[in-house]
Amino acid sequence: MLGSGLIQGLAVTAKNLVGSFHDPARYTNVEYPEVKTKLPEAYRNFPFLVTESASDPMGTLRCVACQICEKECPPQCIYIEKSKDKKPDATGKMQLFPAVFDIDTSVCMSCQICVEVCPFDAIKMDQVFEVATTSRFEALLLNRNQLAKPNTYYHSIHPTEAAEVDGRLAAERKAAEEKAKAAAAAKAAAAAAPKSATAAASATPPSTTPTPKPPAAPSAEAPKPPTPAA
Amino acid sequence: MIAAATTDAFLERAPVLLRDAVTGFLPEPWRTLVNALIAVGLILGIFGTLFAFITLAERKILGRVQNRPGPNRAPIPFINKRFFGLSQPFADGVKSLTKEDIVPRDADKVLHYLAPVALLAFSILTFAVIPYGRNLVPVELDAAVLYFFAAGAATELAVFMAGWASRNKYSLLAAMRALAQLISYELPLLLSWVPVVLIAGTLSTTAIVDAQAGWKFGFIPHWHVFTPWGFAGFVIFMVAALAESNRSPFDTPEAESELIAGHLTEYSGFKYALFFMAEYFGMLALSGMAITLFLGGWRSPLPFLEFIPSYLWFGGKLLALIFGFIWIRATFPRLRIDQLTRFAWKFLVPLALINLGNTIVWSLMSNSSALMQLARWPVCAAIILVPFVVLGRKLSAGVAPRIYRYA
Repeated sequence: MLGSGLIQGLAVTAKNLVGSFHDPARYTNVEYPEVKTKLPEAYRNFPFLVTESASDPMGTLRCVACQICEKECPPQCIYIEKSKDKKPDATGKMQLFPAVFDIDTSVCMSCQICVEVCPFDAIKMDQVFEVATTSRFEALLLNRNQLAKPNTYYHSIHPTEAAEVDGRLAAERKAAEEKAKAAAAAKAAAAAAPKSATAAASATPPSTTPTPKPPAAPSAEAPKPPTPAA
Repeated sequence: MIAAATTDAFLERAPVLLRDAVTGFLPEPWRTLVNALIAVGLILGIFGTLFAFITLAERKILGRVQNRPGPNRAPIPFINKRFFGLSQPFADGVKSLTKEDIVPRDADKVLHYLAPVALLAFSILTFAVIPYGRNLVPVELDAAVLYFFAAGAATELAVFMAGWASRNKYSLLAAMRALAQLISYELPLLLSWVPVVLIAGTLSTTAIVDAQAGWKFGFIPHWHVFTPWGFAGFVIFMVAALAESNRSPFDTPEAESELIAGHLTEYSGFKYALFFMAEYFGMLALSGMAITLFLGGWRSPLPFLEFIPSYLWFGGKLLALIFGFIWIRATFPRLRIDQLTRFAWKFLVPLALINLGNTIVWSLMSNSSALMQLARWPVCAAIILVPFVVLGRKLSAGVAPRIYRYA
């Protein structure tokens, strides 16, 4: 009958009107400046510099001022000046650090190439999106103090990626410690028995490359490794 | 306003008592003048405020229907609390007051200025004869219903004045189209309330409200809407009222998404706001008249609810009808101008005429036996329902239901 469609339409809008007050599936608004949605982990925008400690960001920068990112950056928005002195890095090795590290965010295109090329996991992608400023020049050029953010922040924005990076860095640090220990032991052995030069030469290969050796031994027979494990 | 009967409850008499306390010390010739001025001031104040908050309520309800919160940002000044954006209408008012008022160089300056003023003035005139409560009618007229629709029809003049004075061919075309719509719907609007006048035997609004007093079996009110002819008349009246007040789905005159505001193209700032104010005033006045003619005026629906003052009943019914207007706006898409006029001339006018005959049958059958009294219900319902179905089928044959092949 004429008008039945009108009543159906009115029922639809009435359901929406009432549902918007009690049904979260109908009313999905987030009132933005006060409430923010959780960004997806894969979201990325503008790089930042990772520091080990939040209390001493400039002292614990992972960046060693190798300038690879500066050279690789397609729009050339990174500017680095190396330091004159050295200090220990994340793995305990003495390294240079950036005296000046600037990123011009008006030029940066968030391509992540700096992150891909960094061998020290020192630069990572941030999740900032409220980047409006009142000035066109100074405020858009970020210095190292503004770029430095602690590792805990990295964990809060990209948890899985940060855990993987931390695991890798810990393994590297452990390997470096073992290597140092082995080198010290070798040195001590060499000092104890300086006459046998051949023994010292044969002791060094296993300490430098410990990983390729264990799979090389049981490669002759395949079913052998599971049996001792079981 | 006439003097209150002493038998009514205190709350019922409170507005008149308060007015008498204020103007009581004045000499007799002054008293009537001041009483009239107070009534005018009250109507302007109350309906002005109502207009402001209806715009907010409309935006909020439309928002909720579309699953968003609606305006909720405007804070209360100085204390900086939001209260769901309750100060939004005042922010809008200040905005439209401070906007630049642009008058086209070639426009007819006097008419361009006069059009919104005339529109608003005619809209406000219609408020004079509506009974807002027991003994609360600003002007007691014998031909109040005629006066109401005469003043309402004069707003069409102002619409054309706006289009003509702008000296813009699109404004003029839009004004002509608006006029075509308004005149088309004037006819069903007028024909829909003639049955009420036939049954009540009077054109006075207070007498029409009095004709709807009492309850059948103690709980069914004697409102006109609860009869077959009254229900049909009410529906036709409301459809025509939608078109008369330029409300969606009949808002073709200033379809904001298709035209550049139609006859309002050359208006800006506060004049534009005045047009909107007049539109809402027209909607409020037509709703008030629908309440008076069909919904029992200020009378309560059930006997034990009579302790609530009559003016609150009127206000409640008014807000319910306004909610209906907003609900309809939130639901239906806009009609094309040819669909719109065809609907008026081929559907609403014949139905309204049939309804007039229906009312005559109803009133003739009312004077005979009890069996006839009972039989007139199905007979009158059939007299209006059968043409409704037949006309609907015939008009929509080949047109509806529409199949959206690419949607």
